[in-house]
Amino acid sequence: MKKYILKRLFMMVPMLFGISVIMFVIMHLAPGDPAGIRYGLNPEVSDTAREEFRSMYGLDKPVMVQYFMWLKRFVSLDFGRSLVDDRPVIEKVLAHLPATLLLQASSVLLIFFLAVPIGIISAVKKNSFFDRASTIFVFIGYAMPTFWLAILLVFVFSFKLGWLPVSGMRPWYVQYLGAWAQLKDLLAHLALPLAATAFGGLAALSRYSRSSMVEVMKENFIVTARAKGISEKRVILVHALGNALLPIVTILGLTLPVLISGSFIFETIFAWPGMGRLGYEAIMHYDYPVVMGVGVMATFLTLLGIFLSDMAYVLIDPRIRLEGRK
Amino acid sequence: MKAVNRGIGKLKKINFQIILGSLVIAVMSLAAVMAPIVATYDPLEVDLSADARLQAPSMKHFFGTDNLGRDVFSRMVYGARISLSVGFIAVAISLFIGLALGAISGYYGGWIDSVIMRIVEVMYCFPTFFLIMMVITFIGPSIVNVMVVIGFTSWPGLCRLVRAEFLTLRERDFVSSAKVQRVSDARIIFRHILPNAMSPVYVSATLSVGGAILVESALSFLGLGVQIPEPSWGNILTAGKSYIDYAWWLTLFPGLAILFTVLSFNLIGEGLRDMLDPKISRDRR
Amino acid sequence: MMLFRAGKTHPYPKNRIKLKKRVADGKVLKFVVKTVSFRGSSFVLKTVVLFFLVTCFPFTVNGENSGTKTHDAYVSSGLGDGRVLIPFLADDVTSSSICGLVYNGLTKVDKDLNVTGDLAERWEVSDDAREIIFYLKKDIRWHDGKPFTAKDVKFTYQAILDPSTACPYVSGYSDIIDVEEINENTVKFVYKEPYAPALLKLGMGIVPEHLFSREKDLRRSQYARKPIGTGPYRFVEWKSGEYMILEANEDHFVHPPYIRRYVYRIIPDQSVQFLELVSGGIDSMELNPYQFLYRSKTGEFNDRIEKYRYLSRSYTFVGYNLKDPILRDKRVRQALSYAINEEEIIDSVLLGQGETTTGPFMKDSPYYDHSARSYGYDAVKAAMLLREAGWSDMDGTGILSKDGVELRIVITTNQGSQVREDTATVIQGQWARLGIKTEIQVAAWSAFLNQFIDKRNFQAVILGWTVPPDPDIFAVWHSRSAGKGGLNFVSFSNESVDELIEKGRREFSGEVRTKIYREAHRLIAEEAPYTFLFTPYALPAVNRRIKGIDPAPAGIGYNFIDWHVNEQDVKYRF
Repeated sequence: MKKYILKRLFMMVPMLFGISVIMFVIMHLAPGDPAGIRYGLNPEVSDTAREEFRSMYGLDKPVMVQYFMWLKRFVSLDFGRSLVDDRPVIEKVLAHLPATLLLQASSVLLIFFLAVPIGIISAVKKNSFFDRASTIFVFIGYAMPTFWLAILLVFVFSFKLGWLPVSGMRPWYVQYLGAWAQLKDLLAHLALPLAATAFGGLAALSRYSRSSMVEVMKENFIVTARAKGISEKRVILVHALGNALLPIVTILGLTLPVLISGSFIFETIFAWPGMGRLGYEAIMHYDYPVVMGVGVMATFLTLLGIFLSDMAYVLIDPRIRLEGRK
Repeated sequence: MKAVNRGIGKLKKINFQIILGSLVIAVMSLAAVMAPIVATYDPLEVDLSADARLQAPSMKHFFGTDNLGRDVFSRMVYGARISLSVGFIAVAISLFIGLALGAISGYYGGWIDSVIMRIVEVMYCFPTFFLIMMVITFIGPSIVNVMVVIGFTSWPGLCRLVRAEFLTLRERDFVSSAKVQRVSDARIIFRHILPNAMSPVYVSATLSVGGAILVESALSFLGLGVQIPEPSWGNILTAGKSYIDYAWWLTLFPGLAILFTVLSFNLIGEGLRDMLDPKISRDRR
Repeated sequence: MMLFRAGKTHPYPKNRIKLKKRVADGKVLKFVVKTVSFRGSSFVLKTVVLFFLVTCFPFTVNGENSGTKTHDAYVSSGLGDGRVLIPFLADDVTSSSICGLVYNGLTKVDKDLNVTGDLAERWEVSDDAREIIFYLKKDIRWHDGKPFTAKDVKFTYQAILDPSTACPYVSGYSDIIDVEEINENTVKFVYKEPYAPALLKLGMGIVPEHLFSREKDLRRSQYARKPIGTGPYRFVEWKSGEYMILEANEDHFVHPPYIRRYVYRIIPDQSVQFLELVSGGIDSMELNPYQFLYRSKTGEFNDRIEKYRYLSRSYTFVGYNLKDPILRDKRVRQALSYAINEEEIIDSVLLGQGETTTGPFMKDSPYYDHSARSYGYDAVKAAMLLREAGWSDMDGTGILSKDGVELRIVITTNQGSQVREDTATVIQGQWARLGIKTEIQVAAWSAFLNQFIDKRNFQAVILGWTVPPDPDIFAVWHSRSAGKGGLNFVSFSNESVDELIEKGRREFSGEVRTKIYREAHRLIAEEAPYTFLFTPYALPAVNRRIKGIDPAPAGIGYNFIDWHVNEQDVKYRF
């Protein structure tokens, strides 16, 4: 068992390495470079100034050389500096991470606490009105173009009704608010982005819980429990739910990468200062160090998430063999 | 549940979801195919006179006009062509690659399997949307590029499904008997195993079409989708959101169109899933 | 202690943005009365309550409308975050505008775009025009209290010229041979050759020598994110990706600004920006023509927001690649220009919010020659010129051709600008009327630059230039700028224009320069390397409570330190 864990963890390294190479190469295949983006058609910046910029950041060296320079720094955990404002990549990431974590973590929690009950009830009352209605409702969330949902929410709740702020994570005068007011304000700012983010993810988890519950309900031990005279409520809540929850929990591991990558679309519309925007702006500005930093981190978390989820699954269901599984 | 007894092969009963979903898609597709007839105006025709622009929906312009005086309804009808074809073709591409690789991988096993699975893993671990954004920024946005890129990033999922099916099916008797009869590998794969492996593929592919349409609209939001003046639902919506408080029709209709289309595909997909076989290996991921 | 009366001035309840001071007073008063009069409540409680009230809610007297009071806050917004807040390293709009509030230069530009003194009281240009002596104003202090002297000026320009700083704008200063500190308040600049744009270029923000000289790499220093200058605002805070806050400098050498806080909020989506403006979350934004015109219909907008308009310092054009076989012929270019109906474009794309222009200078500047050739819409002339150039519709297809080659033009423009894309669409239609087959190609910015502009791989492009106050057009119009990496990407080369440009650079006399550049304008217009399309209006909208805004050729921000809010309108109370 331990050997398997070590093997898996060990395998992540070449994977990360390979992906980093691919990302680096893709970025450099792009036409143009950061100097062009920044100074492209600026009459005040001469061509020599652009060339100087390029050599200052080593952009004039061949791609592979640049990659190894990056790699060398990377393994000593130096993610380099952004080409846009010269800040250490780590600093930028840490500045943007909390916002995304806050939004995504609350979203995951919200989804969990909504989707699971919906799924359970749908399964128990299979094909009832509730089942059908919740299916459609949940699918609507999944079928909506995300930015459409976001902008509609802002339009209705902020602009027309004035119940919630239009955008941002906190107001610029936040330090003048007392602690309690700050919290209330944060919740107000969080409400719409959270609603938008969670609505989309509701579908997957609720369908999954539903099907998981449906399968569990068919099991023999449920029949036995009923035969033993245990109340239906107990049968559902204790026996069935307990078993149905396990696979649900395992897929939570897969939400790990989402926690940090955020959604660029929501972050743009709600002016949420998160990782999604950081990544997107980095791509647009050809900010290689930041793109690599964010990309590698996201990949690492994806790998970790898959690993944890696999581990959880194995632990829960000993019938699954480690080796044959793929 | 409306049970329509067909008794054709595995189709036990077509359920309500599928019927509803298919109906909507059929209408959309029909409109898209018959676009030149259905559309009331030329979608690219610009009318710059002051009163022709940003008009509310009326009998003349069912969905109103946009900022250059173009009829929104006609643009939506032609946009249906583009959005639907992006969806279908992107999925077709991913099907093509995914089926082929999954079949080969599942059937032969061994080192081919390892290699293909490594590739699948790598692609899985890539932050997908990140990748799509990067690639399109770099190769330039166009309808073809969008289709290709979406297709190329969604095949891994299908590949694994197909492979899983092949892994189980290749041990079955009908395969061994075919082998004994010296039937060629290719024939075995395509004529014997594949048809039986298709159930989860149908479900996944249907769901993916909806997904591809959503990705296209998200790319349009970033300016990386189908380029103007060609209309796609995504780019009509993106252009329209600047006028949301004044010209609500520019935001409402394309959004609803995308919503209903994707929803229908999802309903069909889920209906198929419920219907085809509860033993469908549901990929945990 | 700074106390903030939040009350209900929270931006998002859009119908309740009015000052809640009085209501809060009312509520508090009621609460006080209730508590104090409740007979059962203890004496201690009443004292505590009163104590809290007195300290936390000072009932300010409704003061007179004195313009000299510094209060309230102004919340502006933009799409992008700042990068480096050091004036000569700031290469994006956000950083530059913040630097404009935190730093001062030797010179600045007044409302009519004339160069005037900022840190310098006056200056003298030597007879050979190679030396400029600046006499600095006295008693100016840095935000940390230290005095501003000539040493700071010398240090700044040394830093700019130092290759290790990699200042992107260094080309504007490369003719400087020496910067000499004559005394504490006098600096002398010695140039290699007379350089007229110097007066404008020397408006670059001056940085403090006593702080910056200790830093090895300015870009990576703390000052890149925490600037210290002499300007009307001092830096307070910068939350990455969210907002920046500046505070009025009470010791500013002109006069302390009347608005206490300047806030810049980053809102990446323009439609959301608009919603924020109307609901009061921000106080200003740049409107697009639709918002500008259609918004005037709703009362709630007009109640709160004031719209301004001035000619922006830019122009949009169609640039023709002069190396292209079809476009090499001047008649073809002129025909294309006549075929474009600029008025129609302005009306349809800009909703009338713009003006036509015929050359590379601003219409309201002295360098613009109103008699230069103007290519207004003239289909007949266009057809005639094309025929002269050998293009005709021989095979009746409706498309002109010559020697078997169709007259096909590809217009390329960059993605991300609705205006340019719409303009291309309109031009496509206009040229089609003449039998020209036009295609539109939209490319992402980097691809656009790299594959089309840099490689000179285009036929026609739609782009825009910003026009600096100094008329030197070397970078765009001189033949030496046509080489690799230069901005004369249409490859315009005209000896007379070259000569004029070179002369204009060396001439300090306003009158002479005016004549020179007007002639250049005429020549360029005649050659038609561009079709000059239009200059759009800038359409800023600002919350009504902000007074003192006066649109002028320089825009509206030039007198920001004079903007003020009347006492009864103050929204953010500190």
